[in-house]
Amino acid sequence: MKLNLRHGAAVAGLLSTFLLTGCAGNQTPPLYHWDGYQQQVYEHFKHETGPQEQIAELEASLQKARSADRSPPPGFHAHLGMLYAEIGKADQVRQQFETEKALFPESAAYMDFLMRNVAE
Amino acid sequence: MMRFHSFKTLLVLAAVALTAGCATQQTPYDYSAFERNNPSSILVLPPINSSPDIKASYSVLSQVTAPLAEAGYYVLPVAVVDETFKQNGLMNADEMHTAPPAKLREIFGADAALYIEVSRYGSSYKVLTSEVAVEASGKLIDLRSGDLLWQGSALASTAENQNNSGGGLVGMLVSAAVNQVLNSLTDRSHDVAGIASGRLLSTQRYGGILNGPRSPFYKQARLANR
Repeated sequence: MKLNLRHGAAVAGLLSTFLLTGCAGNQTPPLYHWDGYQQQVYEHFKHETGPQEQIAELEASLQKARSADRSPPPGFHAHLGMLYAEIGKADQVRQQFETEKALFPESAAYMDFLMRNVAE
Repeated sequence: MMRFHSFKTLLVLAAVALTAGCATQQTPYDYSAFERNNPSSILVLPPINSSPDIKASYSVLSQVTAPLAEAGYYVLPVAVVDETFKQNGLMNADEMHTAPPAKLREIFGADAALYIEVSRYGSSYKVLTSEVAVEASGKLIDLRSGDLLWQGSALASTAENQNNSGGGLVGMLVSAAVNQVLNSLTDRSHDVAGIASGRLLSTQRYGGILNGPRSPFYKQARLANR
């Protein structure tokens, strides 16, 4: 119940962002699937849940995004890669960073920097 | 008769004022540096916190990606960026904000960096009411040219229901959103911070940021910002 309330408030916050942007009459849907990423970034900073729980939440969010044919937001796969690094899954780390780079070429320099660090 | 007439005029004027609420007439915001530099990716540094609540910085940082990404920018992964800073010996936001722009460009490859300061975060108790408010300001600096592209500030507060801030339909929507937050008892400051971040980085207000390359409104709805 507690979780539900929190979740509802987060959705309300996001909703208000999109409502506010409704002023100029743009009725386009959001560019990305937002359920999960920002909440899990906050969880990561709060250290109240561990990386495995956060990974499970993000992987579930990714499944939902895929079934709705929506893209995960910028940073999603890179963040997931960092969490896999925390639990020592090097192959998953590389795969997530490569996916971020493929979806968002703007991330290439940083993803390459991170992968060089993983390789060392 | 005369009285009736002026009442009608007043009604018409009120209707005009309401519908014109979106396009506020003010001095145009100067977007020349923003347009000239034309950034496509944004590095958000962990915000400097000058409020007493230590949670402020990460609460705001975790909620800036959605407004910026929906505005059409690539936003570097905020938590991974924070980790990279720490691994390079910059342990707090104040130190991170002093990192040389050229170095940031080299490591993160971002076109621009957003420097945020949170000046208010959380509850303040007054004689009759308690208020949860979050206030933040931001500066967008181009990492290639060093130009200041944009700056702005925003406030969100649970007290704005009482004094009917905003105005018009948008004002009503905003107070409705804040009302919903009021009814959720957990982590209200974080929820109010989400609204403040959304306002700060909105493309749809006077002096807001411009839409970026991934937005369907890129280079289109600029008049809306002016």
